[in-house]
Parts: sequence; C-alpha cells; structure tokens
Amino acid sequence: MNRITRRGTLALGAGAMAATTFGARAAVPVKDATAPRQPIENGATLRVLRPTKFVDADETIFRENTAKFTAQTGVQVRVDFAGWEDLRPQTAVAANTGAGPDVVVGWADDPHIYADKLLDLTELAGYLGQKYGGWLALPQRFGKKWGTEQWISLPMGGTGAPCVYRISWAKEAGYDSIPTDHEGFLKLCQNMKRNGHPAGFALGNAVGDGNAYCNWLLWSHGGMVVDEAGKVAINSPQTIAALRYAKELYQTFIPGTLSWGDVNNNRAYAAGEIGVTQNGVSMYFSLKNDPRTAAIAEDTGMMRMPTGPAGKMAENVLLLNAMVFRHSRYPNAAKEYLRFMMEQEQYDPWLIGCGGYWSHPLAAYAESEVWKSDPKLAVYRDTNTVEFWSGYKGPIGVASGSVAADYVVVQMFAAASSGQSTPEEAVREAERRTRRYYRS
Amino acid sequence: MADTTAAVPWNPRRSAPGALARLLDNKAFLVFLCLLPAVGLLLVFLTYPLGLGIWLAFTDTHIGRGGEFVGLENFESLWYDQVFWNAVFYTVFYTLVATVLKFGLGLWLALLLNENVPFKSLIRAIILMPWIVPTVLSAIAFWWMFDAQFSIISYVLVDVLGWRTSYIDFLGTPWHARWSLVFANVWRGIPFVAISLLAGLQTISPSLYEAALLDGASSWQRFTKITAPLLMPILSVVLTFSVLFTFTDFQLVYAITRGGPINSTHLMATLAFQRGIPGGQLGEGAAIAVSMIPFLVLATLFSYFALSRRKWQQGGNDE
Repeated sequence: MNRITRRGTLALGAGAMAATTFGARAAVPVKDATAPRQPIENGATLRVLRPTKFVDADETIFRENTAKFTAQTGVQVRVDFAGWEDLRPQTAVAANTGAGPDVVVGWADDPHIYADKLLDLTELAGYLGQKYGGWLALPQRFGKKWGTEQWISLPMGGTGAPCVYRISWAKEAGYDSIPTDHEGFLKLCQNMKRNGHPAGFALGNAVGDGNAYCNWLLWSHGGMVVDEAGKVAINSPQTIAALRYAKELYQTFIPGTLSWGDVNNNRAYAAGEIGVTQNGVSMYFSLKNDPRTAAIAEDTGMMRMPTGPAGKMAENVLLLNAMVFRHSRYPNAAKEYLRFMMEQEQYDPWLIGCGGYWSHPLAAYAESEVWKSDPKLAVYRDTNTVEFWSGYKGPIGVASGSVAADYVVVQMFAAASSGQSTPEEAVREAERRTRRYYRS
Repeated sequence: MADTTAAVPWNPRRSAPGALARLLDNKAFLVFLCLLPAVGLLLVFLTYPLGLGIWLAFTDTHIGRGGEFVGLENFESLWYDQVFWNAVFYTVFYTLVATVLKFGLGLWLALLLNENVPFKSLIRAIILMPWIVPTVLSAIAFWWMFDAQFSIISYVLVDVLGWRTSYIDFLGTPWHARWSLVFANVWRGIPFVAISLLAGLQTISPSLYEAALLDGASSWQRFTKITAPLLMPILSVVLTFSVLFTFTDFQLVYAITRGGPINSTHLMATLAFQRGIPGGQLGEGAAIAVSMIPFLVLATLFSYFALSRRKWQQGGNDE
C-alpha cells in the first residue's frame, strides 16, 4: 500500500480544489475555515452503507467521489447500497452488534436512536457550517442531539415531497397552478378525477412517499404527534379534521394506493395513470431523460402542497443523515471521508448530478448551478428550510424514530381513508400505539 | 500356550489405575463426556438463542439500549393490540388454507406423477422449479403480477379478454391481498408436498395393488384401503414440516406486501420483525415471536398424534 502522508493528502486536495475552482463551473461562495485535524490512521479501510439510488447519478457520482477519496488518501472504501426499507434494519444490526459498516448514511432519526454509539461530529459540523454559510433549519435539528449543541450526525441532503402534477390536466380541470388551500386542492383533484386523471398518493408502508403524504396531511392541518415536551398529543380536533379531509381526498385516488410502496407512484405517473402525486425530483428526472417520456416531463409542474397554519410549508423531508459508529477502527478516516464528501469539489457535482434530488443542508449551496439549470427545480431548493420534522413537535429520539418506522401515522391515515376505521377510531389506535413508544 | 505364559513373567501387581483412568472407566461419566460436544452445540446454537428470545420477551429492551425485566407487560400490551390479533388471525388462516390447498393439490400431483407418463423424470424436475427458485425472486415476480396498475392478470382479463372493466386491486384491499399471498404460498409449496408424497407412493409395493385388482377392488377402494393408509406415516411428517414452514413464513409476505394494506396481511413472524427491528422494540418483537410457540407446539402434536396412529395406518378402526 502507498504510504500517504497528511501533507501529501492536503497537497492533492488543494490541487483538486484549484482545478475545479478555476474550471468552467462557478463555485458556491465559501468562507475561510480551518478543517479539523483528523490524521488518517495507517492502513485504514472503511465500509460505508447508504440507501440505494433513485437517480443514476446519485450512485455513479457518489462512487466517483469515493474513488477520488481513495486515490487521494489510499483508504480503501467499500460502499454498499441498501434498499430503503432495509436500511433501518441494517443500521440496527450494525449498532447492536458493533460490527459492519463504519459509516452509515442513514435516515434522519436513526442517529438519534443510536446516539450513544456514535462519534461526536461537533468539530466537523462546525467547520462545514462556517465554511458553507451555516446549516439550514432541518439539518440543524437532525444533526444535533436533542436540546444540546452536540452534533452526532452529518445531514447530507434531504428530499422534499412537493406536489408533482400534469400541467395540462390541471388546466383542463380549471387550475393554472396548485391551490394553496386544502379546499381548492380537493376540488382540483375531484375535477381531475372526473376527467379520468385520478390522483395517487402512497398509503402503504413506504418510507419516503407514505410518510410524505401523511405527515403533510397531519402538519398542514395543524396536527402533531406529540407536544414540545414529548407528551402524546395526536388525538386532537386538528388530526380528526386531517383524517376527514384525507378520506375525501382518497375518493379521488386511483385504486391500489393502500398497497403502494416508494416506487408505485413513479410508475403510475410515468404511465400516465395518475395526474397528481407527491415526489422528490427523481421522477421528473427520469421522465426528462427518457425520450419516450420527455413529453410527460415537459407537461409536469412541481409546486408546494397546500401550506400549513400561517402559510408555513408543511412538507415532509426525508433526510440523509450520516453517522460514524464508535465501533469503527478508523474513526479519523471515517470523519475525513465525510468531510471530503461534503466539500464543494465533491458535493456540488453530486448535487448537480442528482438534479437537486438530495437538496443541500448547507446554505451556500443554494447558489449551486443546479438550482439555475431548470426553473422547475426551484421548488426543491428550499427543501431543508422546513420547520416540521418527523415526530413534530417533540424531541427527536428513540420514540419518534420508532413511531415513524412503525408507520403509526401512515396507518392511521390509511385506515381512515379506506373506511376501515372511523377517523375517531383511527386516531385512538394511533394514540395507543404512540403512547407505547413514548411511555418512558 | 503354556510356553508363552512361561516366557513372559507374570506380574500380578499391576500399578493401580490413575484417577483419570478410573474416571474414564466410569460408564456414566463416559456417556456424559461423549455427549458433551453435542450438548454444547445444542446449548450454544439452540438453547441460548431460544432462551434469549424468551427472556427478551419479558423485558423492555430497545435496539441500542438494554432493557429491564417488565414481567408480562409486553404480552399485556399485545392483548389489547388489534394489529397483533389481526396477525394471529391471518397467520392461522394463512397456514390452514395454504396447507389444505397444498396437500390437496400436492397429493393429486403426486398421484398423477406416480402413473406411467412419458418424460417422467423431466416432468418431475420441472415440477420442482417453484421450490428451487429463491423465495424473494418468486416473491418479486408475484409482486409485479399483483401490481395494482401493471398486473399481467388484470391486463389479460381487462384488455385482452374484456371480461372485466377495471383492474383488480390485488394488494390494496385486505381480502384480495390475503388470498393473493395464500396463492403465492401454495404455488411455492406444492412441489415440496408433491415430491415428498411421490417418494412415499413409490415405497408402496405394487403387489398390494395387484392383489387388490384380483379381488376386484375399484380404484377408489385401492386408494382408500391401500394408498392412503400406507402413505399416512410420510404424510404426517410432511404435514408437520409444511405447517411449520407456512406458519413461520416471512419472506413472501415481507417481500410482497410488507404486512399491508394497513397491517391486514401481517403474519406473526413479519409483525415480530417489524416491531422488533425497524420499530426498535426488541422486547415486544420477541413477545410476538414467543406467542408463536404454543401454536407451533400444538400443530406439531396434532400432526404427530392425530395422523400417525398405528391402527389407522394399518387399516384398522380407532376404538
């Protein structure tokens, strides 16, 4: 193995930085900051686990960046891509057995579940925040251990779920844009359904889309799972109103949404079976890049879902949250790897390649080329400024993570939408389940 | 003989056997010693995990943090848990219906294959296909076939034959989803039953059938008086295995519905996993898994005692 010194690494990094800074692409604005000293251990190797791609570039550029890291530091890195639903169990196994991946790029809550098994990343997060204009609201909430200033994870990007719809079909239904209020939105969906273009929102156990739709329903009606103190507060008039609304909206859906996972709405939308759904930018990209569906992409609009109280954006964001396990034999290499991946020479190409799919957690990246490349993408730029989070309005931790992982909110809406339970029964069941998770 | 004894001086004073030798001469100890490796294996790989699972069921262990003994709290909570009872119901339903269908169709298939058909071995090999294909692979195939929008079954019924006007929502309504999963399980399970029963059929001596023919027995009589009783021992073993496999099924359900829609197709195994690993509540997950044990013991006892009665097997009546 090559002997790579710290100084050599820095020189290489500086060279690469110079190459890109003066390249054709404009760089994002950075401020001066000193990177934390994390000398890489001799003979270090890393295993990284992350969720599988939804856009091709997500994997290819991630791998390219990783290869660059290996080339510059000599640290061999193996990256495994896990299915979205399988990532949680795999993280759990790694945490519980103290073996397996050093770095897990997991979901938002996961680092909080294993907080005491993770390395402290405060210094690294501080450096990145200083250099790149500060962390946005949601990443701050999920990066720090609840109620403290200690960073236990590094949010890498978040995928929002605005409304994705067919412009011409909405026009045909009498709307030039997505209404900002719930009544108008329902009307739009009803009209579109009448024209043979039903809506399709996932009500199955889908990590991304199921939580996106159901949390939007809950938050935009002013509902919450628990209050600030972590006391269960789901059984409220607001939740009942949300459930009633969901039931009416469900009448405008295509059949089968109760069984939908994360891919079903993409497939149905691409096939022209549905006219409205909620999704990350991935779908628009795959439509745009395939000549057979480019026309659908052309006709696709992306806008905010109806907002919550006081006009606040109430969309669920699925956050990639990277953590380093204490059991890693090469903690510095792992931290260096994360720092490397978040630096603009690597991060910006990734952000651009993904078309903004994993929207940036650091403010400076709002100036990234990606947000200027296609005006339709603009709605995804502010993804991470959202002030709602999974487990709103309570602390992020074991209980909030478990409630999300057990799909308590999703199943509450599914049960009430399908008529399997009345809204009152559904909310009582959700309350009982939530209480159990929050009991101590 | 006498010469040799004379040549070797006989020394009547043998050194007294050492403690170890005496210990090894002890039959009870030797038995224990020889059993030790086997017992060790059982303890490490069977008793310990099972014991740990049962212990966890009485704690509030959460992934990432240890738990405390909470007595029956987990079971108490499950008692009031609609989702759990749903899973119990569906597990029993799934096992019963799938097993009956698998045995009916499997036995039929075995009887057909036992006849003299051309390309016998080739056909037998083909029959085994569903059993050979990895479960998850076939589950994904079924997942597509049962898709709400892109199901080939719906496509044929609606677009090709025109028998229906709307696509079938296979996995989106509870009962459709339940039956769809049973169907997939039966498809997978038939080969195992058919091939095992076929092996049983081939051990039945043809001379019995010849004698019966000479006595003028009808084919139904031959089946009920010869085939069925002689098949019973292997049937009971296969049934036990089949019930155990079906009851503890996980892959099919997890890959096709993940327990949805709204938890209506959760089996106890998938619910235990869902609560224990993604949900993080190891204690509660273990409690669900432990709740499966009485059912499994019952099922095993039933197939052993009800189906392997000697007298019945030999054509006698139960008194």
